[in-house]
Amino acid sequence: MIRSQQTPGIRTEQILKVQDLTKMFGGVKAQDQISFSIEKGIVCGLIGPNGAGKTTLFNMITGIYRPDAGKVVFNGKDIRKTPVYRLVKAGVARTFQHVELFSSMTLLENILVGMHVRTQAGFWAAVTRLPAMKREERQSRRRAEELLEFTGLCADAHKMAGDLPAGRQKTAQIARALASEPLLLLLDEPAAGLNPVETHALGKLIQKIKQSGITMMLVEHDMSLVMKMSDKVVVLDQGKKLAEGTPRQIQSNEAVMSAYLGNG
Amino acid sequence: MTDNKKTIWIEYLVFICAVSAFGLVTENTYYLQIMTFIGINTLLALGLNMLMGYTGQVSLGHAAFYGIGAYTTAILSGTYGMNPWLALVCAVAAAVLIAFIVGLPTLRLSGYYLAMGTLGFGMIVNIVIREWAGVTGGASGFVGIPMLEAGSLVFMSGAGYYFLVWGIVFAAMIICRRLLASRTGRALRAIHDGENAAVAIGVNTHFLKLEIFMFSAALGAVAGFLYAHFVLFISPESFGFMFSIKIVTMVVIGGMASVWGALLGAAVLTLLPEVLHGFAEYEMIVFGLILMVVMIFMPQGLTRGIMDMIRTAGRART
Repeated sequence: MIRSQQTPGIRTEQILKVQDLTKMFGGVKAQDQISFSIEKGIVCGLIGPNGAGKTTLFNMITGIYRPDAGKVVFNGKDIRKTPVYRLVKAGVARTFQHVELFSSMTLLENILVGMHVRTQAGFWAAVTRLPAMKREERQSRRRAEELLEFTGLCADAHKMAGDLPAGRQKTAQIARALASEPLLLLLDEPAAGLNPVETHALGKLIQKIKQSGITMMLVEHDMSLVMKMSDKVVVLDQGKKLAEGTPRQIQSNEAVMSAYLGNG
Repeated sequence: MTDNKKTIWIEYLVFICAVSAFGLVTENTYYLQIMTFIGINTLLALGLNMLMGYTGQVSLGHAAFYGIGAYTTAILSGTYGMNPWLALVCAVAAAVLIAFIVGLPTLRLSGYYLAMGTLGFGMIVNIVIREWAGVTGGASGFVGIPMLEAGSLVFMSGAGYYFLVWGIVFAAMIICRRLLASRTGRALRAIHDGENAAVAIGVNTHFLKLEIFMFSAALGAVAGFLYAHFVLFISPESFGFMFSIKIVTMVVIGGMASVWGALLGAAVLTLLPEVLHGFAEYEMIVFGLILMVVMIFMPQGLTRGIMDMIRTAGRART
């Protein structure tokens, strides 16, 4: 149903490796020597109290921030200096905590923009409208419709993205990210602001995406969702990695408990 | 999709009929002249609209490309006797090259900074035109621009030039429309709606902004070429800061992000000075007022404003 460039491989192969990652903002260490790795095909939860540095970490993995020290290795390549558009082409996609759809464009057009790195037509192709360009356009539209069906947004295809209810906009953001055919998808608080029914549907969608072979990282405050979805959880606190392990290990980890509940 | 295509063709048909009817019926050279100016200004507004209306990048120096187009063709065909059509190619190439050089650093800027950057660029170009008197004729202007010819056809002011200009306007409209309906056009609109999100989804925003800046410069140069060979005498005032503002006003009044809006805006701003002939010195005040009123009551521009009014009126009746 949904395409990814993934070839079914050995499970233990690492798609992302973060090594001693450090980022300073002024004199503050927003990230302090963070290291972990993610195996292909898993869902990795990333949790921690507010201000722990989860979004900063996302921004470094997706090329928006440059780390001050350390390495980010994606699919065997160091991507510290790769521009964002090349990184997306290499297979890293993300969604934002606050929905950033292109609000004056239809949902379908939003998805089509999501395919930007997988399509070619440039200025001259647009002006001349040669058969190759028309073919690409037709294929893109078909793909976009498939994706809308996959995410359950078919009915809204021709509505303005800005007019959709908040929950649907969140799903639309995921659909747009999927349009870039990622290997690794980073979801920044996808359940924030969703009601329980919508959260349940989101869980199902995440599972479907996982089944299609896409590796995911999930920043989320809804603990039951994170624990249910994740194969592995990384806990951050004040810019440092506090713990890493299976959801069960994390749930019984004392350091994590005290970070969340205060160490009294 | 097919429905959309049909309405576009109907629009084009109405446009062609209206333009041809006016050109064939009108014998009054004054009216033809005004309509020709509207066409030239439409080209300018179309170009800036792609940059400002669709991509959200404000340029306050667009008249510079208009001037570069006009002076390149004037110097090459007037002073050096080059074939004007070849001079057109050179004019467009010059404008595109300069847009590339200027755009490379300035388009990294956004918002006010970009506006200020382009404003400075416009002023520099105007000063160069004014001061490089040996080549451009300086403040007193450039005389001796040849008329356009194609085979045995001479484009003099009148119906011939009118059809030439509007033919080019029509072609430019089709190019803009095609561009907007494409992958590139969608990415441009995405930059307008949210540059950060566009970057994050893999759009090379800097390259695309540069590309559309060069495209709008090319349209500006074509307009400058048509202007130079129409009026046959050009001077620096026509390409100054005030004219840049006028092009911005055309885009804003017509409605940003609308191809027909560019035409409407150009028409309003070209016709007004003719209507207000008596009080020429108050011209800028009237423009300013119109701009304010449109912004307050029809922030989407006249085209959208009028369409909305018709729609509400229709709804009230039923």
